[in-house]
Amino acid sequence: MRRFNKYFTILVFIFLYIPMVVLAVASFNKGMDIAVFKGFTLSRYKELFQDDTLLMLLRNSLIIAVLSSLIATVLGTAAALGIFRMRGRLRSAVMTVTNIPMTNPEIVTGVSMALLFAFLGMMLRINSILGFWTLLIAHITFNLPYIILNVMPKLAQMDPDLTEAALDLGCTPTQAFFKVTLHEIMPGIVSGALMAFTMSLDDFVISYFVTGSGFVTLPVEIYSYTKKPIQPKVYAMFTLMFLVILILMVTMNLLQARDRSKRRKVAAVRRRGI
Amino acid sequence: MKSKWLSGPYILWMVLFTIVPLGVVLYYALTDSITGEFTLANLANFVDYWPIFLRSIWLSIFATLICLLIGYPVAYYIAHCKPTTQRLLQMLIMLPMCMSFLLRTLAWVALLDDTGIINNFIRTLGLSPLPLIRNNGAVILGMVYNYLPYMILPLYTVIMKIDPRLIEAAQDLGCNSRRVFTRVTLPLSVPGIVSGITMVFVPAVSTFYISQKLGSPGTILIGDVIESQFKAAYNPNLGAALSLVLMVLIFVCVGIMNRFTSEDAEESMVTL
Repeated sequence: MRRFNKYFTILVFIFLYIPMVVLAVASFNKGMDIAVFKGFTLSRYKELFQDDTLLMLLRNSLIIAVLSSLIATVLGTAAALGIFRMRGRLRSAVMTVTNIPMTNPEIVTGVSMALLFAFLGMMLRINSILGFWTLLIAHITFNLPYIILNVMPKLAQMDPDLTEAALDLGCTPTQAFFKVTLHEIMPGIVSGALMAFTMSLDDFVISYFVTGSGFVTLPVEIYSYTKKPIQPKVYAMFTLMFLVILILMVTMNLLQARDRSKRRKVAAVRRRGI
Repeated sequence: MKSKWLSGPYILWMVLFTIVPLGVVLYYALTDSITGEFTLANLANFVDYWPIFLRSIWLSIFATLICLLIGYPVAYYIAHCKPTTQRLLQMLIMLPMCMSFLLRTLAWVALLDDTGIINNFIRTLGLSPLPLIRNNGAVILGMVYNYLPYMILPLYTVIMKIDPRLIEAAQDLGCNSRRVFTRVTLPLSVPGIVSGITMVFVPAVSTFYISQKLGSPGTILIGDVIESQFKAAYNPNLGAALSLVLMVLIFVCVGIMNRFTSEDAEESMVTL
């Protein structure tokens, strides 16, 4: 049974990675047709770095992803600290609202924000309200739950005695927060921020509904590409982004592993102490 | 406590950009597109789209079940690996979730197309090409491919946390491995199954890109209809009404399922 599971798992991983292999191979293809390999070339990568529009779209996506994940991280971490102190009905009400963007289908979130902005535009008599700011607001909104859901468990894991010890040793509450609490919940903040960043970088559905002609991100542009024949340099960009995200994930993994081994050490020290 | 106020900006933000927009959807759904007066006509229109709703639901139920059948053995296998291997495999499951799903779906088009990679290969073998694309099967494949990681991850998290002592106890009490699985492992993985089903079904039923690329004009889904109300036909009032129906439908489906499983979980606790 275990043997069967092993081969089955390998097959599923092949299934998951085949399309990405197809795209990576296509980025080295001399021919234009993705289905026919006509020889190896690196010129797609050269073309990519000479294409100013494509690089500008990538820059737009990165700007939105960095800004929205940073703002969401600050707002979300503060919120998690507050929610953690809440009790009963208030807490479950806030958590229900936090879960709305997670459980609602993306298309409904996109439509609802598009309509909100359309409504605001009508009220304020602005013709083209859709653009950078609407995109940023939408991305912050769907990033916030990722931060909160990553930070809350770290707060619950934290030993409350630590903050008290810091206060007893003469820290002001602000100092205790920055020296102890923040340090303890940092792994949660980092993994939440990284998750938000990747979600934002790759978001298509919600962006598609709240974007205007003035400010377009990469996934939205790729969607419009797919109606006309796609240029192979887009595959080159996909392959490079794959590598970047791979590096990001390995880093995250190592951070978590370090955090875990540190926790084990702390636990061992504590056992010996008592 | 003063720190309660730390969540003030967040709550304000969520009210403004999550709850108010849903109110605006309701407003658009209940008003006429030209006169702006109150009307139920938009909502009543959904009867015309009922067959499309049904098709979306059937295709995504199919895709969700396939994801469950494929995902469970994989999650089970990963959960029983060494911790370092577990982390590596978990990362490999998450990696595709972060890559552009538009391009990955396009890669499937390249694979399945009539002049695509698979059919080119079949031709070199001297066989006649297969109709792999522009049918319901291709849409289901696209859904399974895109949302399988969302099934595997929650299943893995739950299976990993099952106390091995429970399995040992069942074995000591004379269960064979099949009974251990049906009596202990499976009931204890119900929470993971439920969240996996929700995480696959919700995006699958509302998708609009997969059906455009892998389906035919005859297999459009409700997501396609909603999208076209905003981007092509421009009737936001009808689009809002359909979104509202979709949201309520999903809410009901998820609600029913949660109900099911909380009773189920209690029962399994009793039989244990």
